[in-house]
Amino acid sequence: MTERISNSQLFQLVMANVKELIREPGVLFWGIVFPILMSLGLGVAFTKKKDVVTSIAVIGQNHVMYQASDTASALLSFFLVNKAKFGHDKNGIITRKLRVPDDKLGATTFIFQSLSWKEAMVMLKRGNLNMVLDEKNGVVQYHFDPMNPDAQLTYLKLSKMLSSDGNVIRESNTEIHPLMVTGSRYIDFLVPGLIAMGVMMSCMWGVSYAIIERRSKKLLRRMVATPMKRSNFLVALIAVRIIMNFIEAGLLFLFAWLAFNITIQGNVAALFALFIAGNFAFAGISIFISSHTAKTEIGNGLINALSMPMMVLSGVFFSYHNFPEWSISTIQKFPLTMMADGMRSIMIEGAGFSEVMLPILILSATGFIFFISGMKIFRWH
Amino acid sequence: MSIIPVIEVRNVHKSFKTVQAVRGIDLTISSGQFVAILGPNGAGKTTLVEMIEGIQQPDLGDIFIMGKTWKGNEKHLRNLIGLSLQETHFIDKLNVWETLRLFASFFSLGKARCEEVINLIALGEKRKSWVVNLSGGQRQRLALGIALLNNPKILLLDEPTTGLDPNARREVWAILLKLKEQSDTSLILTTHYMEEAEQLCDYIVIIDHGKILKQGTISGLLGEIRDLPVKPVETRTITLDDLFISLTGRHLND
Repeated sequence: MTERISNSQLFQLVMANVKELIREPGVLFWGIVFPILMSLGLGVAFTKKKDVVTSIAVIGQNHVMYQASDTASALLSFFLVNKAKFGHDKNGIITRKLRVPDDKLGATTFIFQSLSWKEAMVMLKRGNLNMVLDEKNGVVQYHFDPMNPDAQLTYLKLSKMLSSDGNVIRESNTEIHPLMVTGSRYIDFLVPGLIAMGVMMSCMWGVSYAIIERRSKKLLRRMVATPMKRSNFLVALIAVRIIMNFIEAGLLFLFAWLAFNITIQGNVAALFALFIAGNFAFAGISIFISSHTAKTEIGNGLINALSMPMMVLSGVFFSYHNFPEWSISTIQKFPLTMMADGMRSIMIEGAGFSEVMLPILILSATGFIFFISGMKIFRWH
Repeated sequence: MSIIPVIEVRNVHKSFKTVQAVRGIDLTISSGQFVAILGPNGAGKTTLVEMIEGIQQPDLGDIFIMGKTWKGNEKHLRNLIGLSLQETHFIDKLNVWETLRLFASFFSLGKARCEEVINLIALGEKRKSWVVNLSGGQRQRLALGIALLNNPKILLLDEPTTGLDPNARREVWAILLKLKEQSDTSLILTTHYMEEAEQLCDYIVIIDHGKILKQGTISGLLGEIRDLPVKPVETRTITLDDLFISLTGRHLND
């Protein structure tokens, strides 16, 4: 039985891919050590990024945003005095916008959104908010993660403005409430994005580049001159990559759990299904982009052309809501965005199958369509 | 009862866009015959071999392998053919033994056959060496060993010794001569080296511009050279190279 398994071509193909992978020290560094170092560096010493737009939730007081008669509200007085522009965002949420020019540091636009506490927590976990403001008995409460430099900066700018001359809020009438809710820290936001990005990069380079390189070296041609099942070749390549991705993601999560106490708040089975769907999507895309060319230079270009925009735009390191409003709906359709958003919703918002079923289906369909299309035009020699 | 040829090529044509790579080639190869296909770059020899190998389809004409066409018989025919390409790169970080085991698995062969082949190609001492660390000659011997794993009825070798030093070339020849002696495998060899064709093969096919210019046994072809309009220098031994120059007006390596 053991002899039969070890003589099977699928087993030998899988083992060949595993050995090739683990014998390349660069793979171990870029696949395992680098993401951990990145999470460590960004999680612990997250350096300041310039935010020109700062989103702030104002809790449960829609009237504060628009009822000019409510003179008891210090926040409303602040909005009125500073002529914060009243409006609605595309989701119908009431907003007040206030642009604060600064010749030296650049202008900051504060967007105050009227939200419930629950809505605010979800947006905070998604990285769409910097701070939550509440007003109780005339006391303005600042809720934010003290470990988040963006939130700190927002607090410093806002508190300075709120208590400046002409405004009714005095420093003595404010309170800071540190937000230590699990899932609201930057590291909670970062790790799911890093895992999703790792899957994308691993598939793109591990599957696409491997195929193109083997084609360019005539190894594909040599292999198909034997009775090797072509499907076995691809299944082995993809299976090894998914197993490797699983190990990489597991180690990254383990590290984040030990170092930052990160947890999975939602359904673990849904997370697993989404992870597999994401792998399948990127494996399908990888097969497609490597289906024809035999030139590694073209392969490099194709992989970079596809992966780089997603890496930058899909909200791996910071929320894509910082990009212009018109681009958001497009960004949300990227496979990497779907995977990262889905993983965040499970890991930090406590989502289950029902919330991530759509991305799971879309990612699976993406993988299937690209895989079939790639196979139609696949060149074995 | 007539014996079915191992390979039968009938009036085969193949074009790529505006280039006519093969223009009406007929060729019959019988069991155990070692055939060299000689021709300069662009003569059409690789296209011809690729059509015999089944990875290119002729535009016109038929190719029969053991009496069967590729259509509908691919799985069966793949088991009959061994192939070695010029400068195939195997997986760098698999060792010799693992590479043989990988390719053996495609033919459902086990360790025993790998042992036989590793001894045949004299790479036993290198069994644990990664492919990337082998010399050019060792790599080519490995490629030949892989081609021989399935005890092929037909062995296709595309310029197997190009780029090798004379010693490494002779090591490859020794393996092939041993094969010729001990089996009924038919060989099709494309090469730039006249000496290689003369050493290994008993039938020569000279092609240029997609057509067969001459074919026959070495002695027959060398005999014909006397009748050609351009005669070689009389003061030295007449070779196939002289014949090639007589037929095409240029050297094989041009």
